[in-house]
Amino acid sequence: MKRKGRAAAGAVTSPLIRKPIQRWFAVFLLPTFLCFCIGFLWPFIQGIFLSFHKFTTVSNTSFVGINNYLKAFKDEGFMHAFGFTALVAVTSLILINVLAFAVAFALTKQIRGSNLFRGVFFVPNLIGGIVLGYIWKTLINSVLPVSMSIQAEYGFWGLIVVLCWQQVGYMMIIYIAGLQAVPEDMLEAARIDGASGWKTLWHIILPNVMPSITICTFLSLTNGFKLYDQNLVLTNGAPMRRGIGMTEMLALNIANNFTTANQRGVAQAKAVLFFILVTALALIQLRLTRSKEVQQ
Amino acid sequence: MEIRMKKQETDQKSTPGKIALTVVFAVISVIWMMPIIIVLYNSLKTNGAVNTQLFALPNAETYVGFDNYINGMTFGNYPFYFSAGYSVFITLASTFLILLCTSMAAWYVSRVNDLFSKVVYYLCVFSMVVPFQMVMFTLANTARELHLDTPWSIPVVYLGFGAGLAVFMFVGFVKSIPIDIEEAASIDGCGPLRTFFSVVLPMMKPTLISVGVLEIMWVWNDYLLPYLVLDVTKYKTIPIHIQYLQGSYGRVDLGATMALIILSLLPIVIFYLTCQKHIIKGVAAGAVKG
Repeated sequence: MKRKGRAAAGAVTSPLIRKPIQRWFAVFLLPTFLCFCIGFLWPFIQGIFLSFHKFTTVSNTSFVGINNYLKAFKDEGFMHAFGFTALVAVTSLILINVLAFAVAFALTKQIRGSNLFRGVFFVPNLIGGIVLGYIWKTLINSVLPVSMSIQAEYGFWGLIVVLCWQQVGYMMIIYIAGLQAVPEDMLEAARIDGASGWKTLWHIILPNVMPSITICTFLSLTNGFKLYDQNLVLTNGAPMRRGIGMTEMLALNIANNFTTANQRGVAQAKAVLFFILVTALALIQLRLTRSKEVQQ
Repeated sequence: MEIRMKKQETDQKSTPGKIALTVVFAVISVIWMMPIIIVLYNSLKTNGAVNTQLFALPNAETYVGFDNYINGMTFGNYPFYFSAGYSVFITLASTFLILLCTSMAAWYVSRVNDLFSKVVYYLCVFSMVVPFQMVMFTLANTARELHLDTPWSIPVVYLGFGAGLAVFMFVGFVKSIPIDIEEAASIDGCGPLRTFFSVVLPMMKPTLISVGVLEIMWVWNDYLLPYLVLDVTKYKTIPIHIQYLQGSYGRVDLGATMALIILSLLPIVIFYLTCQKHIIKGVAAGAVKG
């Protein structure tokens, strides 16, 4: 609310500029707006609408109220996928952030070749989920006694390894920026007072990089929740037990559900629930980052 | 004592501890790159050798030179160079379209700033948090109905779904440009088009690079959107191609697959080596996307 008011009152525009641009609406805003309607707005609204309907195609629908949502909650596969996704997301969150912080901490010690090392750690982040998953699937399955799609525990740890390899370099970049912003005089004061390395880390450095920690934890958490490509390639949800994919995550569960024609209404309802979950996470993150900003 | 400690800390010269740290990180770096290195030397081995001894280096018997690369181009029922061509085209066209259209839209939104602009802006911000699964079925359907299911028209879909983040980043930048410059241009007789292209756009360069990097990385690596929108029997992109390779059980030539993985990594690696700084900056700027 406050931001809106500020944007309206600020000197971001003047009549001299506004009037002529407004006449060029069709050139400046219309193309993007039309594509935005095609690529996001209309599919989104239609998605909400369809989640309350039974349908096989978008023109053949019948209203069923909240039935799809009730079915989604009763779907054991979906519930298992939720638990498994949360487990993967939280485990990877902890490992990624601890590793990324440790690497960032060591690489800000002005050691030789630290720029090269940063570059190396960042590389996996550039590789797309499908190719990355394929590389690791080949490697992991050739080391293990049985393939990841037979033993669910292997599938779980496979996902964790892949997620860490991909995201540690990215989070490291954010942590390095945070660490470099720690005031030098505070570190010096701690040194003069004879604080040990651990004490400096705990009482000076960690509180100062708190904003980076918030950003990184939520980024890795939402990345974990939205994971699809790697999950598809590594195990595709296998092994199956009583019709439930033991390593199937939420996004994969929803996407697979859409391929069954008479399940599409339920799949769309699941997608809406998924959207609400991810949005809630994003809103919590926004609030936490904001409150941290106020403190500083 | 304190002074000596301080000196040690700020001294850029190596101490035994720092040298040890460098050595440790050199080892870790090699391990970190191991998956790519293994794929690289396996792409030079025979199919059988990749299957049975993945970790062994190629020797006189198993080394096949660049045969895998030549075979990989055509093996399977869809030639790889088609996929590569479509991937390159879709990535470049989508990125160009997104940069051009959303930078113009963002300028309009922040300078006109009327109710409609504000609604568009907040819708864009909102769209950034919506996961793709929410719209996957309806978007694929809409795209098919509007005949946007070819590589030549899919950039429109990318512009639509990717507009949110790009508009958000450009608006953030435009708001930081002093409006006086544009007013001066306007007083000197520049119309909006000329003001935008010869005054505003050049100033946007850093943000253009950041957004460009983000969009290139996204579109190049994207799997689900093109898989759902495109007619995959006719058109494949590299991620779709790689995913289809492992679907065809039994007859997979692993040597050739390794070669294809290296080929698909090559453009990214070259891109990374040529503009590493911009990429890291750009990708970090995208951290706002939750």
